[in-house]
Amino acid sequence: MKKKWAIIFFLIALALIGIGLASGEYQTVLEKARTVCLECIGIG
Amino acid sequence: MTDIQKRRRWFQVLGAAAANVWLPSFFKGRIYQGPTKGICVPVLNCYSCPSAVFACPIGALQHSLGSVKLNLSLARIEFGLYVVGSLAAVGSLIGRIPCGWLCPFGLLQELIHKIPSRKFQIPKVLTYGKYLTLFVLVILLPLFILDEFGGGEPWFCKWICPTGTLEAGIPLALLSGTIRARLGFLFAWKMAVLAGFLAWMVFVMRPFCRTTCPLGAILGLFNKASLFRMTVDEETCTLCGQCQNECPIDLKIYESPNSPDCIRCLKCEKVCPFGSIGHNFFSCSNPRKNEDKEAIR
Repeated sequence: MKKKWAIIFFLIALALIGIGLASGEYQTVLEKARTVCLECIGIG
Repeated sequence: MTDIQKRRRWFQVLGAAAANVWLPSFFKGRIYQGPTKGICVPVLNCYSCPSAVFACPIGALQHSLGSVKLNLSLARIEFGLYVVGSLAAVGSLIGRIPCGWLCPFGLLQELIHKIPSRKFQIPKVLTYGKYLTLFVLVILLPLFILDEFGGGEPWFCKWICPTGTLEAGIPLALLSGTIRARLGFLFAWKMAVLAGFLAWMVFVMRPFCRTTCPLGAILGLFNKASLFRMTVDEETCTLCGQCQNECPIDLKIYESPNSPDCIRCLKCEKVCPFGSIGHNFFSCSNPRKNEDKEAIR
């Protein structure tokens, strides 16, 4: 039963990744990660 | 150190190296900007570390949530589903294994804890702090405290994350005079937070993972429903407590084999004198009798 839920969660996760990729979220994450995060380094 | 713990240490070292493989960036004084930077990996590794080649999922999640209102105003449908899906995919397969086997900050905490000193455990109530961090600093504040343009801030990265200070703040401050010139109160605050955690690590095993880490909180939620599962044989377990003595998180695995706090380092499996503790992954074997039983006997 627990494994069934794990597989369901995994399939939902794959669907979320797919929707996210289709709406351009990979590019958004990429652009954010390519620039220095001023908050992370303590400038703000 | 048992064979599996030696293997785990190698995984931790390789995980840290793989996440920060682009060392030439240190000499150039700027961060890596290649295409892999859009991939969220399930470890706490700051994407502003010059050599980091992947995205930090917690930083990316805060940025995504902080941009929801702005994106809606621009008719862009982006809700951070890619980041959430990436974490859920890993969580549903293996739960918190990345915490115990891959996370560079987890490795650092284990190494610093080797410094000889009196060792302490932490009160159970502090372990709920990571959920508070997750819901308040990572989700609620970035979503609802917005600037004049409708954007939210990464509150956890800004005020707490010691990984960002250690891996990105300090190296970039050393490498760039421009950044050095802009450092002020926030940097001093973050250095104090980092120093506090580093000191805490000497006396307590993995204090950041146990009390604060929002990534551990997310992955831990999947421990009870992941394909990888810890098992305890009720018939052979004598409740001798040797597993708890060895456990870096001080868990009673015989009470809750798939506790959200378990980082699945598998130390308990090897130390059990009766071979009562095991694990399975996608196997068709029947789970042991007391799997996930919260309190036995």
